[in-house]
Amino acid sequence: MTTHGDLVARGSRAASTSSGESLGDRVFRGLTLSAGLFMVTIMGAIAVFLVWRAVPALNNNSGSFFTTTSWLPDQTPPIFGIAALLFGTLMTAGLALLLAVPVGVAVALYVSHYATPRIGKSLGFVVDLLAAVPSIIFGLWGLAVLMPNTGGLFKWLNDYLGFIPILQNTTGIYTKSMLLAGVVLAIMILPTVSSVSREVLVQTPRMDVEAALAVGATKWETMRMVVLPFGRPGIISAAILGLGRALGETIAVAIILSALFEINWRITEPGGNTFAANIALKWNEAGTNGIPALVASGLVLFLITLAVNMVARLIVQRRRTKEGTR
Amino acid sequence: MHFTHTARFAALGVATVLTLSACGSSNNASSPSGSSTANISCVSGSIKASGSTAQKNAIGEWINAYQKACTGATIDYQANGSGAGITDFTNKQTSFAGSDSALKAENRPAADARCAPGTAIDIPMVGGAITMAYNVQGLSSLTLTPKVIAQIFNNKITKWNDKAIADLNAGATLPDQTIASFHRSDSSGTTDNFSKYLKATAAADWPYETGKDWPASGGQGSKGNDGVTASLTSTPNSIGYIELSFAQDAKLSTAKVDNGGGAVEATSQNAANTIAAATITGTASDLALKLDYTITKPDAYPIVLVTYEITCTKGLPADQAALTKSFLTYTAGESAQAILIDLGYVPVTGLVSTKVKEAVANLA
Repeated sequence: MTTHGDLVARGSRAASTSSGESLGDRVFRGLTLSAGLFMVTIMGAIAVFLVWRAVPALNNNSGSFFTTTSWLPDQTPPIFGIAALLFGTLMTAGLALLLAVPVGVAVALYVSHYATPRIGKSLGFVVDLLAAVPSIIFGLWGLAVLMPNTGGLFKWLNDYLGFIPILQNTTGIYTKSMLLAGVVLAIMILPTVSSVSREVLVQTPRMDVEAALAVGATKWETMRMVVLPFGRPGIISAAILGLGRALGETIAVAIILSALFEINWRITEPGGNTFAANIALKWNEAGTNGIPALVASGLVLFLITLAVNMVARLIVQRRRTKEGTR
Repeated sequence: MHFTHTARFAALGVATVLTLSACGSSNNASSPSGSSTANISCVSGSIKASGSTAQKNAIGEWINAYQKACTGATIDYQANGSGAGITDFTNKQTSFAGSDSALKAENRPAADARCAPGTAIDIPMVGGAITMAYNVQGLSSLTLTPKVIAQIFNNKITKWNDKAIADLNAGATLPDQTIASFHRSDSSGTTDNFSKYLKATAAADWPYETGKDWPASGGQGSKGNDGVTASLTSTPNSIGYIELSFAQDAKLSTAKVDNGGGAVEATSQNAANTIAAATITGTASDLALKLDYTITKPDAYPIVLVTYEITCTKGLPADQAALTKSFLTYTAGESAQAILIDLGYVPVTGLVSTKVKEAVANLA
């Protein structure tokens, strides 16, 4: 039995082998092919550059690259490692995701299924506008407005929820902490997460939603049983997009965090550093061993982003084949 | 195309705003009074330079003055950091580099190769004072010794009313509050010189290597001199180390430092006295300085830094050499160095200044 796919394949094969393929078609195919190859070449070139420039520093390190916390590549002997940077990057990005994804999905749900069309459109428009604000503005706002005013909140967390070790504060100083950086990053990635989720949730088949309502489900049960499972791959993609932005955020984090090279689980205490912020802070004055060391940390960030994206793709792929659609 | 009334008005409004904003002139560099430029022997041409951010304002003022007097000259200075400046100079992108420290031994061969048949030399041109700026209500005067400074930034002294601070400041009301100390989160020559000072005067309390990166744990870091200044002005009971020009602009109180010869206030003149007493460790025309951080003269402020212009004795291309020499002759002269005080920097004076003028005169 010929399927639709067979017909399409036959047709395209016919078009490509017949001498009747027009010049325009061939040119266009060549252009799109070269655009694709160009992207792959750029990625490859970046990877090669990172590895090539990083190797001299990796050889010239008297500490272990993965477990040392201090960053002193221009000292004699040089000693530097990414332990503190890795911790800081994952912690701030993780906090940002934890705060932004629930709020973003909630906004998307409200706009797509609860709000009247007019309110939904304007609310969606305002949230999308947030995505257009340059990230340094968020950093400055976090520094000037959030930092002086969240001290009270973080102190409250220490006083009443201090039995949770992660929320304790032994220094008495509540500014320039990773929690604050996480909050600013969350606000920064919220528009991305919410607009991509909204795009996906709006496409929920109306028939499924109406079927659920018809058998007596409440609105919330419909969301839980029909809309959210349908939108799960899209929401995961939205979260990964937001995570990518949070991992790479440079200047906002650089001016908020206190850049201490230690692994500190108490997120309301000052301190912490991320890969991107470290490169921004140290690049200008880095010496002959400092620059390769920074490139090596950039390579690690590159690999982390690749890994995160691949895991996300795997999750989305598996869900698609499980549901047997698309 | 058919626009509605609202759309037309909106477009007109946007266009007006954009035009008016383009007309506004931004005059953010305050020109000091009495800058005489009568002694410049002008050379035409165009040169590029880059490097230290610490001397950015000073070089900017000098370039303005020079270009105003010499209309055929163009000098372009990029403040992208000392490390980047030296790299640019070695790669023949610039005619001179501004750096917070003299050329290191490992960079010298490449720089000398760039200047063949001449050699690369460091010429100290702009000095700076590193002040202990603090923000404590009601405390108008504060004296600190190197030992106490090291212990504050090392987190060994944590309260303002600690006995060590109270002993040095009899009669002052010190609050019973935690000291919020600020350091630099980015790499900087200011941190480098401050750590050299602490290592030279209080090694027992400062067991770290010197360098551009802050080595101690604790305290909070902010980005740049401006970041630390902003943190100090917005955080009560704070203390940090910033350059004199930033403390003056933000109207922050600065502590007097007592190296053993009496409490010395942080002023341009006092800092200039320390720089003038430095020993020259460079050979031939190279004027790398070794600052005496342990100086105990009653009018010498000990926490200072010097930024150098690194250039070639000979070996610059002919079209760059003449303008470089003319510009550096101007900056080494009296009128240019006098401008530094207005900007909050420290002039190079005394014997060092004589040597600087000699070295510049010998540039080919």
